[in-house]
Amino acid sequence: MTAISVRGLRKSYDGVEAVRGIDFEVAVGEVFGLLGPNGAGKTTTVEILEGYRPRDGGEVSVLGFDPGKAERAFRERIGVVLQSSELWAGLTVREIHRVFAGYYQRPRDIDEVIALVGLDEKKDARVKTLSGGQKRRLDLGVALVGDPELVFLDEPTTGFDPAARRNAWELIRSLRALGKTVLLTTHYLDEAQQLADRVAVLRAGEIVLLGKPSDLTGASAKAEIRYRQDGELVSFETDEPTRVLNELTTAALAEGRELEGLEVRRPSLEDVYLELLGEEGE
Amino acid sequence: MRLFFHQVRSEQLTFWRNRESAIFLFIFPIMLFLLLGSFYTGDTISGYPAVDVLLAGMLGYGAANTGFAGMAITLVVRREFGILKRLRSTPLPAALYFAAALASTLIVFTLQTVVLYALGRLLYGTSFPDSALSVAFLVLFGAVSFTGLGVGLASLIRSAEGASAVVNVVLLPMAFLSGSFGVRDYPAVLDAVADALPLKHFIELVIGASLRGEAPWHDLGAVAIVAAWGAGGALLAARRFTWEPRER
Repeated sequence: MTAISVRGLRKSYDGVEAVRGIDFEVAVGEVFGLLGPNGAGKTTTVEILEGYRPRDGGEVSVLGFDPGKAERAFRERIGVVLQSSELWAGLTVREIHRVFAGYYQRPRDIDEVIALVGLDEKKDARVKTLSGGQKRRLDLGVALVGDPELVFLDEPTTGFDPAARRNAWELIRSLRALGKTVLLTTHYLDEAQQLADRVAVLRAGEIVLLGKPSDLTGASAKAEIRYRQDGELVSFETDEPTRVLNELTTAALAEGRELEGLEVRRPSLEDVYLELLGEEGE
Repeated sequence: MRLFFHQVRSEQLTFWRNRESAIFLFIFPIMLFLLLGSFYTGDTISGYPAVDVLLAGMLGYGAANTGFAGMAITLVVRREFGILKRLRSTPLPAALYFAAALASTLIVFTLQTVVLYALGRLLYGTSFPDSALSVAFLVLFGAVSFTGLGVGLASLIRSAEGASAVVNVVLLPMAFLSGSFGVRDYPAVLDAVADALPLKHFIELVIGASLRGEAPWHDLGAVAIVAAWGAGGALLAARRFTWEPRER
């Protein structure tokens, strides 16, 4: 079963192409990550799928709907967490959930949702008294209150401290346990690796890699070998680490010397990612 | 219908919970009436007790304040904070959002009108409206027209920080020139400006209904000018209004 299907999606702003013909599919129950640096086209893509923006070209189907028509039945079935948004500061956590629950035909139980996002103890607190992390949890609660099948999370942990990120990750994992399909965007590699079943790496409006996070490292067979010789660092890359290492160690043994600081490194996910992005990233 | 009432309730909850809106939009006109009313007791304006004319003027100010200023500021702030964008992803239809916002404004303005007449009677001996029905109609008409104007202005304001400044730069001079605060003698040039704006005509309609028992259609020209401004605002909004933040 396919929740989202995108084919040849294009979008330009004032003649600048933000999304240049991308294709991907997201299965029901899958957590799919759109990964890429700022300006790669992640938010544009998500906002087209959410129904905020018209597309210039391509075919898009979300839960069987064309999001460009923004039908009410479509909005009954999606939950959206925006990159940045505030809610009414004077209302309590419970009141905000009740306001949003009222918009849906079959909302979830409010107290259940509040417990799910871990705001149980803040139920009667006004929004203005919440911390940044608590406000983001409120955003998620409000997105879940309509019991959506598909949840969009646009950069859910940008600006979080490490502990708050871990909490948010736990929360997003619990969405999978509920059987929700999740489309999340992030510019953090570790976040995609931790949460997503599959990722699409976006660069300048194009998908440069699509697959499981573990496939990312498999994309490069190169290994790096380093050691010190006469105090100088020697380092080179090879496609045949076994053979090269054997020759190297045999020669060293024959000469009776030690290869100081010998290291064989497989490229980390981050190396591959930066290579994919043309090393223009961080 | 259930969704409409739910949204009106939500609007009322956010309105009264927000101290700024409750004080600025609801209490402020009543406070001004009580202050200014204390100077005007005993005087007459155009042959009517001055406090009665002031009361009509303050009703006009109330309509412009809750409908025009309140709506414009609320919409801009919600738009820039991303609340409107957030609402847009829910099944709440756009037309219902606006209908509920208008109904909520009407509730606030009706309550304000009742309080103004009651306090005026109690403290300054103002008369109850000669034609209560006409005044009731004008409350509805004023709320709708000035809300239309407010939605129009909201589509022109770019930032949340500037919203209340821009709104008051328009509202306060208009209210002074239109006789909201009792003074009614201005140089011809300023009078001409007031004649082109809706508030003075609206206040004249309220004076007619409240003090002479006239039906609103007694002065169709005034009705047309007020309605035209409201419709103009709504049209501008239909073309220019956005749900998403302008900044960022």
